[in-house]
Amino acid sequence: MSTAVLEDQRADAARRSPVVNDFSIHVATANGSGSQSSNSILMRSIFQMGIPVSGKNLFPSNIQGLPTWFTIRASKEGFIARRRDVGVLICMNPETAHEDVRTVAPGAAVIYEESLKLDGLRDDVHFYAVPFQKLVLELVHDGKLRRLAVNMIYVGVASWLLDIDMAEIEKAVAKQFKSKAAAVEVNMKAIRGGLEWAQKNLTKRDPFRLERMDKTAGKIIIEGNAATAIGCMMAGVQFLSWYPITPSSSLAESLIDYAAKHRLDPETNEPTLSVVQAEDELAALGMVLGASWAGARSMTTTSGPGISLMSEFTGLGYYAEIPAVIVDVQRVGPSTGLPTRTMQGDITSTYYLSHGDAKHVLLLPGSVEECYAMAMDAFDLAERFQTPVFLMTDLDLGMNNWMAEPFPYPDKPFDRGKVLRTKEQFEAHVAKFKEFARYRDVDGDGIPYRTLPGFVDNPAAAYFTRGSGHNDRATYTERPDDYKNNMDRLARKFETARKAVPKPIVSGSGSRVGVIAYGSSDFAVEEARAILARKGLTVDYLRLRALPTTPETQAFIRAHDRVYVVDQNRDGQMYDLLRLEMGAECGRLVSIRHYDGFPLDAETVVEGIEAGEKK
Amino acid sequence: MSSTEKTPAAAATTPAAPAPAPTNRVQLTVKDYGGLKSTLCVGCGHDVITRQITQAIYEMSIPPYKIAKMSGIGCSSKTTAYFADRGHGFNAVHGRMPSVATGAMMVNPSLVSIGVSGDGDTASIGAGQFVHLLRRNLPMVYIVENNGVYGLTKGQFSATADAGSRLKTGVVNGLPSIDLCAIAIELGCGYVARSFSGDMKQLVGLLKGALAHRGTALLDVISPCVTFNNHESSTKSYKWAKEHEIPIQEIGFIPYYEEITVEYDPGTTQEIELHDGSRIRLKKLRADYDATDKRAALALCQEAQEKTEFLTGLIYAEPTKKDFLELSSVGPNPLVEVPDERLRPSQATLDAIMESLK
Repeated sequence: MSTAVLEDQRADAARRSPVVNDFSIHVATANGSGSQSSNSILMRSIFQMGIPVSGKNLFPSNIQGLPTWFTIRASKEGFIARRRDVGVLICMNPETAHEDVRTVAPGAAVIYEESLKLDGLRDDVHFYAVPFQKLVLELVHDGKLRRLAVNMIYVGVASWLLDIDMAEIEKAVAKQFKSKAAAVEVNMKAIRGGLEWAQKNLTKRDPFRLERMDKTAGKIIIEGNAATAIGCMMAGVQFLSWYPITPSSSLAESLIDYAAKHRLDPETNEPTLSVVQAEDELAALGMVLGASWAGARSMTTTSGPGISLMSEFTGLGYYAEIPAVIVDVQRVGPSTGLPTRTMQGDITSTYYLSHGDAKHVLLLPGSVEECYAMAMDAFDLAERFQTPVFLMTDLDLGMNNWMAEPFPYPDKPFDRGKVLRTKEQFEAHVAKFKEFARYRDVDGDGIPYRTLPGFVDNPAAAYFTRGSGHNDRATYTERPDDYKNNMDRLARKFETARKAVPKPIVSGSGSRVGVIAYGSSDFAVEEARAILARKGLTVDYLRLRALPTTPETQAFIRAHDRVYVVDQNRDGQMYDLLRLEMGAECGRLVSIRHYDGFPLDAETVVEGIEAGEKK
Repeated sequence: MSSTEKTPAAAATTPAAPAPAPTNRVQLTVKDYGGLKSTLCVGCGHDVITRQITQAIYEMSIPPYKIAKMSGIGCSSKTTAYFADRGHGFNAVHGRMPSVATGAMMVNPSLVSIGVSGDGDTASIGAGQFVHLLRRNLPMVYIVENNGVYGLTKGQFSATADAGSRLKTGVVNGLPSIDLCAIAIELGCGYVARSFSGDMKQLVGLLKGALAHRGTALLDVISPCVTFNNHESSTKSYKWAKEHEIPIQEIGFIPYYEEITVEYDPGTTQEIELHDGSRIRLKKLRADYDATDKRAALALCQEAQEKTEFLTGLIYAEPTKKDFLELSSVGPNPLVEVPDERLRPSQATLDAIMESLK
């Protein structure tokens, strides 16, 4: 059979069974080549066409020259987890081109720079050779702009290949370049150039197409770190100390930017957020504890290595009972590990962070909406329980683009906890309880009252803040009963916190099989449930939203024969914690572990559950 | 004679009531600035420093509830419990007091932050935070009670021990000592002093000056450890310090509310105006030493190090230097006093942000 006949047959097949609004576009470039704007325009245009979309950046720990991939997933059903198979590959990086072509699914479309001569690599994909380098010389006269503009040409070619509406591209370009006329003009020229060249020279043979839908109206696209930052801003954070670390730096920077615009005191026009870039993470948390001790809503943001360095101060915060909000945007491994790859790596270490006995409240947002809402919860819980509270996101959630409903305005005021701020409050407290004792449980919930330095001019209002060795009057002691009483009260306080943390979300209809997941795994797990349901297996789902666990989790586990626990780490960290909590009944739990540095995909969950159910 | 006329005579015959203790400008006695009883070794230099701190904050009429006592870990760091117990105290983790103080002062600059640390807490485990505190020029008084050894862990050398000094166990220190004053000057600290716990008059003057300064004031106070480092071969013992102390000035302190009454000769006396309008008057004991000359100050430190001289006094002053609050974006009003309702942006603001993300 001649090649031409084969081509015709393929084109025919594509027409007969098109794949519409349900595939991934994978753009392979070198980092520092300026492809970010192009990828963003591509993603936004699809979003503006009403098609659910997500964008993930798989990038190296490097500034320029190493391979980077950007994946845009279009999903008519609204699934926005990573998709394992690639439908459309745009090959711009000679370094990885051969490997990139080898890994796409059969039947994929591959757009590539003509001179790379990739078309001999496989005969089961559709190749589209484009002379990007020649085109950019014709389309862009300013030599300095060519390196960036070449990326816009692939936007044009992709718009031809996938039927992306040019009007939406124009809108996305205007948004990207904030309507700077010169930038818009040169980029649009490159995009149109790519489109026109493709129209004249290429024949569509692959099945992938985009069609306008109405599933994104009113929605926003945002990275989790920006969502958390907005939540912190709305929570009234007054003090931020941080040390730069991927993948949490963009959270701090985003908060600083938002606060500079939106957090000026309406009466004095002075900033109401104080920011210190600390010398390291030890100092960052030390500053947070100092500011919080003095009465300000305070936070830091970091990732695994920073969490390790914060261990000692976290213990002090726990024992001295000082509020702190610590955001952990989790990533892979220490030192030169995979700092730009995602992992739910710090669950166990953070839950018990400190020396001595300690357990902490961990909030586990599963979406950008929850990054926003739980940032506010974190401040309320930290101040209510006078203790460090951890907001555990990850690189996938934090640094990738997610579609979401616009965030609602908070419906409750801040909970500042038990603070005797004024002379009147202090005197009323003393009248009621005979004296002020900093660490006395006068309400029976384990939570004591605190005063702030410099607020109440009364000799009895001051106390001395120190670690574990204190009695209920905050006086130094090494007496066994004092120490034990304090430890028991702290345990009681933790039980009160258990009742106050966000409850899990349970969905299902009485299947014998359940799945438990948390954080960014939610997208893949929901998709996996849909895939399994199509195959005839209904799986109930409990999404954990906080530690400590609440009774709903135990009940869910008891109500199912087998419960799969999905972790994005090698050791099944949440699985282990749940086994501890379930005691003798832990035999119902089965661990599914994903740990290659890439975000979780639905297939991994499907395969894990199917493997378990076949046994 | 009426009964009223008899009263003075009657009063004269009854025992005299004890004279009321003197009070300061906020109507408090020196006792009101006291704290818990010290649990340090009898004769510890640190207790002498505690008394001078108590005296200085009393004389400066600082409202005790406005005092934030900051410390790390070690014998020195325990001493913040021994003064001003009407103020809040904070025992941070070892070497990390500067960060806690930074957080507190950034949100409430109306506090008077007094930090007490030791040579282990500052020059070893806390070296990182110490240099960044100085670099930022956070408004606080930072006192190092420097004895060259770790006391609570029973007598190991610290990083300020002089090269060649010998422990009681016979161990000789081969490493050069870290000069905290030289580091502070190098990093732009605007008030750098060295003193000796045995020189009470000088110390209280330097402390008052430090309290009147805005920005970090560093006092490196040699404070002998009577238990582990007070022997013959020590260069941080009472005997050695008393024999070797060479004050570079006589320290006088004139509070802002007192008028200048004495003329002075600028050739023999240097007067430096501090942030709150108080003045520190330095009667020169070392000819031509100018405490505002950074290069001269560094040269002095280097010379002392080379000759193993124990020079005390106000080594360097730059009273007009901007502090960390002025250098950062926050305004002069304490952030902790901003009411909650002014901390949350409006619905319209959130809506506009959401619109921009569509």
